Amino acid sequence: MINWLFDAPLAAGLLWLSWRTVTSLDLFKAIVLFIIFGLLMALCWARLAAPDVALAEAAIGAGLTGVLLLDAFRALSTEDHQGSKTVPDDHRSRDAFPILGTSLALLATALVGGVSWVLLSLPEPVFNPGALAQTRIAESGVSNPVTAVLLNFRGYDTLLEVAVLLLGLLGVWTMGPGESVSKKNHPIPAQASALIEALIHLLVPVAVLTAGYLLWAGAHAPGGAFQAAAVLAGIGVLLSLSERLPPLLVMPHLLRALLALGLTVFSIVALSALIWRGNLLEYPPAWAGFLILIIESTLTVSISLTLVLLFRGAPD
Amino acid sequence: MNPSELFSAILILLGALFFFAGTLGLIRFPDVFTRLHAITKADNLGLGLTVLGLVWQTGLTLIALKLLLIWLLILLASTVSCQLVARYALRSKAPSEGKNHD
Repeated sequence: MINWLFDAPLAAGLLWLSWRTVTSLDLFKAIVLFIIFGLLMALCWARLAAPDVALAEAAIGAGLTGVLLLDAFRALSTEDHQGSKTVPDDHRSRDAFPILGTSLALLATALVGGVSWVLLSLPEPVFNPGALAQTRIAESGVSNPVTAVLLNFRGYDTLLEVAVLLLGLLGVWTMGPGESVSKKNHPIPAQASALIEALIHLLVPVAVLTAGYLLWAGAHAPGGAFQAAAVLAGIGVLLSLSERLPPLLVMPHLLRALLALGLTVFSIVALSALIWRGNLLEYPPAWAGFLILIIESTLTVSISLTLVLLFRGAPD
Repeated sequence: MNPSELFSAILILLGALFFFAGTLGLIRFPDVFTRLHAITKADNLGLGLTVLGLVWQTGLTLIALKLLLIWLLILLASTVSCQLVARYALRSKAPSEGKNHD
Protein backbone atom coordinates (compact mmCIF):
# COMPACT_ATOMS: atom_id res chain seq x y z
CA MET A 1 0.00 0.00 0.00
CA ILE A 2 2.67 2.49 1.03
CA ASN A 3 4.60 1.58 -2.13
CA TRP A 4 1.59 2.44 -4.25
CA LEU A 5 1.36 5.84 -2.59
CA PHE A 6 4.81 6.57 -3.99
CA ASP A 7 4.71 4.68 -7.28
CA ALA A 8 1.32 5.82 -8.57
CA PRO A 9 2.12 9.58 -8.50
CA LEU A 10 5.53 8.76 -9.99
CA ALA A 11 4.03 6.90 -12.96
CA ALA A 12 1.32 9.52 -13.43
CA GLY A 13 3.93 12.29 -13.23
CA LEU A 14 6.02 10.59 -15.94
CA LEU A 15 3.06 10.38 -18.30
CA TRP A 16 2.03 13.97 -17.61
CA LEU A 17 5.59 15.29 -18.05
CA SER A 18 6.11 13.44 -21.33
CA TRP A 19 2.82 14.83 -22.63
CA ARG A 20 3.74 18.36 -21.55
CA THR A 21 7.24 18.04 -23.05
CA VAL A 22 5.86 17.10 -26.45
CA THR A 23 3.01 19.60 -26.53
CA SER A 24 4.74 22.59 -24.96
CA LEU A 25 5.06 25.42 -27.49
CA ASP A 26 7.75 27.16 -25.46
CA LEU A 27 11.04 25.49 -26.39
CA PHE A 28 12.79 26.39 -23.11
CA LYS A 29 9.90 25.03 -21.08
CA ALA A 30 9.99 21.81 -23.08
CA ILE A 31 13.70 21.37 -22.34
CA VAL A 32 13.24 21.93 -18.61
CA LEU A 33 10.31 19.50 -18.58
CA PHE A 34 12.47 16.96 -20.40
CA ILE A 35 15.18 17.26 -17.73
CA ILE A 36 12.62 16.75 -14.96
CA PHE A 37 11.26 13.80 -16.93
CA GLY A 38 14.77 12.27 -16.93
CA LEU A 39 15.09 12.71 -13.16
CA LEU A 40 11.72 11.04 -12.52
CA MET A 41 12.72 8.29 -14.95
CA ALA A 42 15.89 7.72 -12.89
CA LEU A 43 13.70 7.42 -9.78
CA CYS A 44 11.57 4.85 -11.61
CA TRP A 45 14.65 2.76 -12.45
CA ALA A 46 15.72 2.98 -8.82
CA ARG A 47 12.27 1.74 -7.76
CA LEU A 48 12.60 -1.13 -10.27
CA ALA A 49 15.86 -2.13 -8.48
CA ALA A 50 18.02 -1.22 -11.49
CA PRO A 51 20.55 1.20 -9.94
CA ASP A 52 22.92 0.96 -12.95
CA VAL A 53 20.29 2.26 -15.33
CA ALA A 54 19.14 4.83 -12.76
CA LEU A 55 22.69 6.20 -12.49
CA ALA A 56 23.11 6.36 -16.26
CA GLU A 57 19.68 7.94 -16.77
CA ALA A 58 20.25 10.62 -14.13
CA ALA A 59 23.80 11.47 -15.23
CA ILE A 60 23.51 11.16 -19.01
CA GLY A 61 19.77 11.18 -19.78
CA ALA A 62 18.81 14.08 -17.55
CA GLY A 63 22.12 15.79 -16.77
CA LEU A 64 24.32 15.87 -19.84
CA THR A 65 21.56 15.65 -22.45
CA GLY A 66 19.79 18.48 -20.62
CA VAL A 67 22.97 20.55 -20.63
CA LEU A 68 23.42 19.91 -24.37
CA LEU A 69 19.81 20.88 -25.08
CA LEU A 70 20.12 24.07 -23.01
CA ASP A 71 23.36 24.88 -24.81
CA ALA A 72 21.66 24.39 -28.18
CA PHE A 73 18.78 26.58 -27.01
CA ARG A 74 21.17 29.34 -26.02
CA ALA A 75 22.93 29.13 -29.39
CA LEU A 76 19.56 29.34 -31.16
CA SER A 77 18.26 32.22 -29.10
CA THR A 78 21.37 34.39 -29.27
CA GLU A 79 21.78 34.17 -33.02
CA ASP A 80 20.64 37.72 -33.44
CA HIS A 81 22.24 39.30 -30.38
CA GLN A 82 21.51 42.76 -29.05
CA GLY A 83 19.12 41.64 -26.41
CA SER A 84 16.05 40.59 -28.34
CA LYS A 85 15.68 36.88 -27.96
CA THR A 86 14.55 35.05 -31.01
CA VAL A 87 13.54 31.51 -30.41
CA PRO A 88 12.64 29.49 -33.44
CA ASP A 89 8.96 28.72 -33.21
CA ASP A 90 7.99 25.92 -35.49
CA HIS A 91 4.51 25.48 -34.12
CA ARG A 92 3.35 27.48 -37.11
CA SER A 93 4.05 24.47 -39.28
CA ARG A 94 1.75 22.44 -37.08
CA ASP A 95 -0.99 25.01 -37.48
CA ALA A 96 -0.47 25.03 -41.24
CA PHE A 97 -0.87 21.30 -41.73
CA PRO A 98 -3.45 20.08 -39.24
CA ILE A 99 -4.40 17.07 -41.34
CA LEU A 100 -0.78 16.03 -41.83
CA GLY A 101 -0.09 16.28 -38.10
CA THR A 102 -3.17 14.32 -37.13
CA SER A 103 -2.59 11.58 -39.68
CA LEU A 104 1.06 11.26 -38.62
CA ALA A 105 -0.04 10.93 -35.00
CA LEU A 106 -2.61 8.29 -35.97
CA LEU A 107 -0.04 6.36 -38.03
CA ALA A 108 2.47 6.44 -35.18
CA THR A 109 -0.18 5.24 -32.72
CA ALA A 110 -1.17 2.44 -35.10
CA LEU A 111 2.47 1.41 -35.47
CA VAL A 112 3.07 1.32 -31.70
CA GLY A 113 -0.21 -0.55 -31.20
CA GLY A 114 0.65 -3.07 -33.92
CA VAL A 115 4.15 -3.73 -32.62
CA SER A 116 2.88 -4.09 -29.04
CA TRP A 117 0.20 -6.54 -30.20
CA VAL A 118 2.74 -8.63 -32.11
CA LEU A 119 5.07 -8.62 -29.11
CA LEU A 120 2.35 -9.64 -26.67
CA SER A 121 0.99 -12.40 -28.93
CA LEU A 122 4.41 -14.04 -29.32
CA PRO A 123 4.80 -17.36 -27.48
CA GLU A 124 6.98 -17.44 -24.37
CA PRO A 125 10.61 -17.88 -25.43
CA VAL A 126 11.91 -21.36 -24.72
CA PHE A 127 15.51 -20.23 -24.65
CA ASN A 128 16.12 -17.77 -21.83
CA PRO A 129 19.40 -15.90 -22.41
CA GLY A 130 19.09 -13.99 -19.12
CA ALA A 131 19.08 -17.18 -17.05
CA LEU A 132 21.95 -18.62 -19.08
CA ALA A 133 24.01 -15.47 -18.53
CA GLN A 134 23.23 -15.62 -14.81
CA THR A 135 24.48 -19.21 -14.49
CA ARG A 136 27.72 -18.56 -16.38
CA ILE A 137 28.52 -15.21 -14.79
CA ALA A 138 31.73 -16.62 -13.27
CA GLU A 139 33.20 -16.94 -16.78
CA SER A 140 32.67 -13.26 -17.59
CA GLY A 141 35.48 -12.01 -15.37
CA VAL A 142 33.21 -9.74 -13.32
CA SER A 143 30.48 -10.43 -10.76
CA ASN A 144 28.14 -7.54 -11.59
CA PRO A 145 25.65 -9.00 -14.10
CA VAL A 146 25.10 -5.65 -15.84
CA THR A 147 28.82 -5.22 -16.55
CA ALA A 148 29.08 -8.89 -17.55
CA VAL A 149 26.40 -8.37 -20.21
CA LEU A 150 27.60 -4.94 -21.38
CA LEU A 151 31.31 -5.73 -21.62
CA ASN A 152 31.38 -9.46 -22.24
CA PHE A 153 28.24 -11.38 -23.25
CA ARG A 154 26.94 -8.60 -25.50
CA GLY A 155 30.15 -6.60 -25.81
CA TYR A 156 29.48 -5.71 -29.44
CA ASP A 157 26.52 -3.55 -28.36
CA THR A 158 28.83 -1.43 -26.23
CA LEU A 159 31.52 -1.44 -28.94
CA LEU A 160 29.05 -0.02 -31.47
CA GLU A 161 27.67 2.48 -28.92
CA VAL A 162 31.13 3.87 -28.37
CA ALA A 163 31.65 4.12 -32.13
CA VAL A 164 28.33 5.98 -32.49
CA LEU A 165 29.34 8.42 -29.75
CA LEU A 166 32.61 9.18 -31.53
CA LEU A 167 30.79 9.60 -34.85
CA GLY A 168 28.42 12.00 -33.11
CA LEU A 169 31.32 14.19 -32.05
CA LEU A 170 32.80 14.06 -35.56
CA GLY A 171 29.39 15.15 -36.85
CA VAL A 172 29.39 18.14 -34.48
CA TRP A 173 32.91 19.06 -35.52
CA THR A 174 32.09 18.95 -39.23
CA MET A 175 29.28 21.43 -38.62
CA GLY A 176 31.91 24.09 -37.89
CA PRO A 177 32.17 26.46 -34.95
CA GLY A 178 28.99 27.97 -33.61
CA GLU A 179 28.27 31.27 -31.95
CA SER A 180 30.10 31.44 -28.66
CA VAL A 181 28.56 33.63 -26.00
CA SER A 182 31.55 33.55 -23.71
CA LYS A 183 33.82 35.09 -26.33
CA LYS A 184 32.22 38.51 -26.03
CA ASN A 185 33.74 40.99 -23.66
CA HIS A 186 31.74 41.14 -20.50
CA PRO A 187 32.24 43.69 -17.77
CA ILE A 188 32.17 40.90 -15.18
CA PRO A 189 34.77 38.26 -15.97
CA ALA A 190 33.85 34.68 -15.20
CA GLN A 191 37.12 33.93 -13.45
CA ALA A 192 36.89 36.68 -10.88
CA SER A 193 35.09 34.90 -8.08
CA ALA A 194 37.35 33.69 -5.30
CA LEU A 195 34.50 31.58 -3.95
CA ILE A 196 34.09 29.62 -7.18
CA GLU A 197 37.85 29.15 -7.32
CA ALA A 198 37.98 27.65 -3.84
CA LEU A 199 34.89 25.50 -4.29
CA ILE A 200 36.09 24.08 -7.60
CA HIS A 201 39.39 23.19 -5.96
CA LEU A 202 37.40 21.16 -3.43
CA LEU A 203 34.90 19.67 -5.86
CA VAL A 204 37.17 18.48 -8.68
CA PRO A 205 39.29 16.01 -6.65
CA VAL A 206 36.17 14.58 -5.00
CA ALA A 207 34.56 14.09 -8.42
CA VAL A 208 37.66 12.41 -9.83
CA LEU A 209 37.69 10.11 -6.79
CA THR A 210 34.00 9.32 -7.33
CA ALA A 211 34.60 8.54 -10.99
CA GLY A 212 37.48 6.25 -10.09
CA TYR A 213 35.31 4.49 -7.53
CA LEU A 214 32.44 4.04 -10.01
CA LEU A 215 34.85 2.63 -12.59
CA TRP A 216 36.36 0.17 -10.12
CA ALA A 217 33.04 -0.74 -8.52
CA GLY A 218 31.57 -1.62 -11.94
CA ALA A 219 33.12 -5.09 -11.68
CA HIS A 220 31.02 -6.13 -8.69
CA ALA A 221 28.42 -3.41 -8.00
CA PRO A 222 26.43 -0.74 -9.89
CA GLY A 223 28.85 1.48 -11.80
CA GLY A 224 31.12 1.24 -14.81
CA ALA A 225 32.66 3.22 -17.62
CA PHE A 226 29.60 5.24 -18.68
CA GLN A 227 28.73 6.30 -15.13
CA ALA A 228 32.32 7.22 -14.32
CA ALA A 229 32.63 9.12 -17.60
CA ALA A 230 29.42 11.03 -16.87
CA VAL A 231 30.82 12.23 -13.53
CA LEU A 232 34.07 13.33 -15.17
CA ALA A 233 32.13 15.00 -17.99
CA GLY A 234 30.06 16.87 -15.38
CA ILE A 235 33.28 18.29 -13.97
CA GLY A 236 34.38 19.11 -17.52
CA VAL A 237 31.17 21.05 -18.13
CA LEU A 238 31.61 22.86 -14.81
CA LEU A 239 35.18 23.84 -15.72
CA SER A 240 34.03 24.85 -19.18
CA LEU A 241 31.25 27.05 -17.78
CA SER A 242 33.68 28.76 -15.42
CA GLU A 243 36.10 29.15 -18.35
CA ARG A 244 38.93 27.07 -16.96
CA LEU A 245 39.47 24.77 -19.92
CA PRO A 246 42.18 25.58 -22.45
CA PRO A 247 41.11 26.22 -26.05
CA LEU A 248 40.56 23.10 -28.13
CA LEU A 249 43.59 23.62 -30.32
CA VAL A 250 46.23 23.56 -27.60
CA MET A 251 47.21 19.92 -28.04
CA PRO A 252 45.17 18.69 -31.00
CA HIS A 253 47.03 15.41 -31.53
CA LEU A 254 46.91 14.35 -27.90
CA LEU A 255 43.24 15.31 -27.76
CA ARG A 256 42.36 13.22 -30.81
CA ALA A 257 44.43 10.29 -29.59
CA LEU A 258 42.59 10.31 -26.25
CA LEU A 259 39.22 10.58 -28.00
CA ALA A 260 39.97 7.50 -30.09
CA LEU A 261 41.72 5.60 -27.28
CA GLY A 262 38.66 3.78 -25.90
CA LEU A 263 37.36 2.59 -29.25
CA THR A 264 40.86 1.63 -30.42
CA VAL A 265 41.65 -0.48 -27.35
CA PHE A 266 38.20 -2.09 -27.42
CA SER A 267 38.56 -2.92 -31.13
CA ILE A 268 42.06 -4.33 -30.68
CA VAL A 269 40.87 -6.60 -27.86
CA ALA A 270 37.84 -7.66 -29.91
CA LEU A 271 39.96 -8.49 -32.96
CA SER A 272 42.67 -10.27 -30.97
CA ALA A 273 39.95 -12.49 -29.51
CA LEU A 274 38.76 -13.18 -33.06
CA ILE A 275 42.25 -14.24 -34.11
CA TRP A 276 43.11 -16.34 -31.05
CA ARG A 277 39.77 -17.76 -29.98
CA GLY A 278 37.79 -17.71 -33.21
CA ASN A 279 35.03 -15.34 -32.11
CA LEU A 280 34.85 -11.56 -31.93
CA LEU A 281 35.05 -10.38 -28.30
CA GLU A 282 35.42 -13.92 -26.91
CA TYR A 283 37.90 -13.16 -24.15
CA PRO A 284 39.86 -16.02 -22.57
CA PRO A 285 38.09 -16.54 -19.19
CA ALA A 286 41.33 -16.28 -17.22
CA TRP A 287 42.04 -12.85 -18.70
CA ALA A 288 38.46 -11.55 -18.94
CA GLY A 289 38.47 -9.53 -15.73
CA PHE A 290 41.73 -7.78 -16.58
CA LEU A 291 40.70 -7.08 -20.18
CA ILE A 292 37.37 -5.62 -19.06
CA LEU A 293 39.16 -3.34 -16.59
CA ILE A 294 41.53 -2.12 -19.33
CA ILE A 295 38.66 -1.55 -21.76
CA GLU A 296 36.53 0.25 -19.17
CA SER A 297 39.40 2.48 -18.02
CA THR A 298 40.21 3.63 -21.55
CA LEU A 299 36.52 3.98 -22.37
CA THR A 300 36.06 6.24 -19.32
CA VAL A 301 38.74 8.62 -20.62
CA SER A 302 37.38 8.69 -24.17
CA ILE A 303 33.69 8.89 -23.30
CA SER A 304 34.12 11.68 -20.75
CA LEU A 305 36.25 13.67 -23.20
CA THR A 306 33.70 13.11 -25.97
CA LEU A 307 30.84 14.28 -23.77
CA VAL A 308 32.67 17.46 -22.72
CA LEU A 309 33.66 18.22 -26.32
CA LEU A 310 30.07 17.68 -27.47
CA PHE A 311 29.16 20.41 -25.00
CA ARG A 312 31.93 22.75 -26.17
CA GLY A 313 31.11 22.41 -29.87
CA ALA A 314 33.47 22.56 -32.81
CA PRO A 315 36.90 24.17 -32.52
CA ASP A 316 37.19 27.60 -34.12
CA MET B 1 5.51 4.53 16.40
CA ASN B 2 7.87 5.06 19.32
CA PRO B 3 9.14 8.52 20.34
CA SER B 4 12.46 8.03 18.53
CA GLU B 5 10.74 7.29 15.22
CA LEU B 6 8.39 10.21 15.81
CA PHE B 7 11.35 12.55 16.25
CA SER B 8 12.92 11.31 13.03
CA ALA B 9 9.61 11.72 11.18
CA ILE B 10 9.26 15.28 12.47
CA LEU B 11 12.75 16.14 11.20
CA ILE B 12 12.00 14.69 7.75
CA LEU B 13 8.66 16.49 7.58
CA LEU B 14 10.37 19.75 8.53
CA GLY B 15 12.80 19.08 5.69
CA ALA B 16 9.93 18.55 3.29
CA LEU B 17 8.43 21.84 4.47
CA PHE B 18 11.65 23.65 3.51
CA PHE B 19 11.65 21.97 0.10
CA PHE B 20 8.04 23.11 -0.35
CA ALA B 21 8.87 26.70 0.61
CA GLY B 22 11.89 26.71 -1.71
CA THR B 23 9.85 25.41 -4.62
CA LEU B 24 7.18 28.00 -3.94
CA GLY B 25 9.87 30.69 -4.02
CA LEU B 26 11.28 29.30 -7.25
CA ILE B 27 7.87 29.56 -8.88
CA ARG B 28 6.66 32.81 -7.36
CA PHE B 29 9.72 35.08 -7.08
CA PRO B 30 10.23 37.58 -9.90
CA ASP B 31 13.85 37.15 -11.07
CA VAL B 32 16.84 34.81 -11.21
CA PHE B 33 18.56 36.11 -8.08
CA THR B 34 15.64 35.92 -5.69
CA ARG B 35 14.72 32.52 -7.10
CA LEU B 36 18.27 31.26 -6.57
CA HIS B 37 18.15 32.59 -3.03
CA ALA B 38 14.93 30.71 -2.33
CA ILE B 39 15.90 27.42 -3.89
CA THR B 40 19.45 27.16 -2.51
CA LYS B 41 18.64 28.19 1.05
CA ALA B 42 15.61 25.96 1.24
CA ASP B 43 17.24 22.97 -0.41
CA ASN B 44 20.33 23.03 1.76
CA LEU B 45 18.31 23.20 4.96
CA GLY B 46 15.60 20.84 3.68
CA LEU B 47 18.13 18.22 2.67
CA GLY B 48 20.03 18.74 5.93
CA LEU B 49 16.92 18.08 8.01
CA THR B 50 16.00 15.06 5.88
CA VAL B 51 19.51 13.64 6.28
CA LEU B 52 19.44 14.30 10.05
CA GLY B 53 16.10 12.53 10.28
CA LEU B 54 17.49 9.52 8.42
CA VAL B 55 20.73 9.49 10.43
CA TRP B 56 18.62 9.42 13.60
CA GLN B 57 17.16 6.13 12.35
CA THR B 58 20.42 4.49 11.21
CA GLY B 59 22.48 5.45 14.25
CA LEU B 60 26.22 5.87 14.04
CA THR B 61 26.91 3.54 11.12
CA LEU B 62 28.68 3.73 7.79
CA ILE B 63 25.35 4.58 6.17
CA ALA B 64 25.03 7.62 8.44
CA LEU B 65 28.47 8.79 7.33
CA LYS B 66 27.51 8.33 3.69
CA LEU B 67 24.29 10.31 4.20
CA LEU B 68 26.21 13.17 5.81
CA LEU B 69 28.76 13.04 2.98
CA ILE B 70 25.94 13.31 0.42
CA TRP B 71 24.63 16.39 2.22
CA LEU B 72 28.10 17.96 2.27
CA LEU B 73 28.69 17.27 -1.43
CA ILE B 74 25.32 18.68 -2.43
CA LEU B 75 26.03 21.78 -0.32
CA LEU B 76 29.25 22.23 -2.31
CA ALA B 77 27.72 21.49 -5.69
CA SER B 78 24.68 23.70 -5.21
CA THR B 79 26.86 26.59 -4.02
CA VAL B 80 29.04 26.35 -7.12
CA SER B 81 26.13 26.07 -9.53
CA CYS B 82 24.26 28.88 -7.77
CA GLN B 83 27.30 31.15 -8.12
CA LEU B 84 27.73 30.21 -11.79
CA VAL B 85 24.06 30.76 -12.65
CA ALA B 86 23.96 34.11 -10.84
CA ARG B 87 27.20 35.23 -12.47
CA TYR B 88 25.97 34.20 -15.88
CA ALA B 89 22.69 36.03 -15.35
CA LEU B 90 24.60 39.14 -14.30
CA ARG B 91 26.86 38.90 -17.33
CA SER B 92 24.13 38.35 -19.89
CA LYS B 93 22.11 41.15 -18.27
CA ALA B 94 18.89 39.25 -18.49
CA PRO B 95 18.12 38.71 -14.84
CA SER B 96 14.38 39.16 -15.08
CA GLU B 97 12.43 37.09 -17.48
CA GLY B 98 9.02 37.50 -15.89
CA LYS B 99 6.24 39.90 -16.67
CA ASN B 100 6.12 40.83 -12.99
CA HIS B 101 9.23 42.92 -13.39
CA ASP B 102 8.53 44.98 -16.51
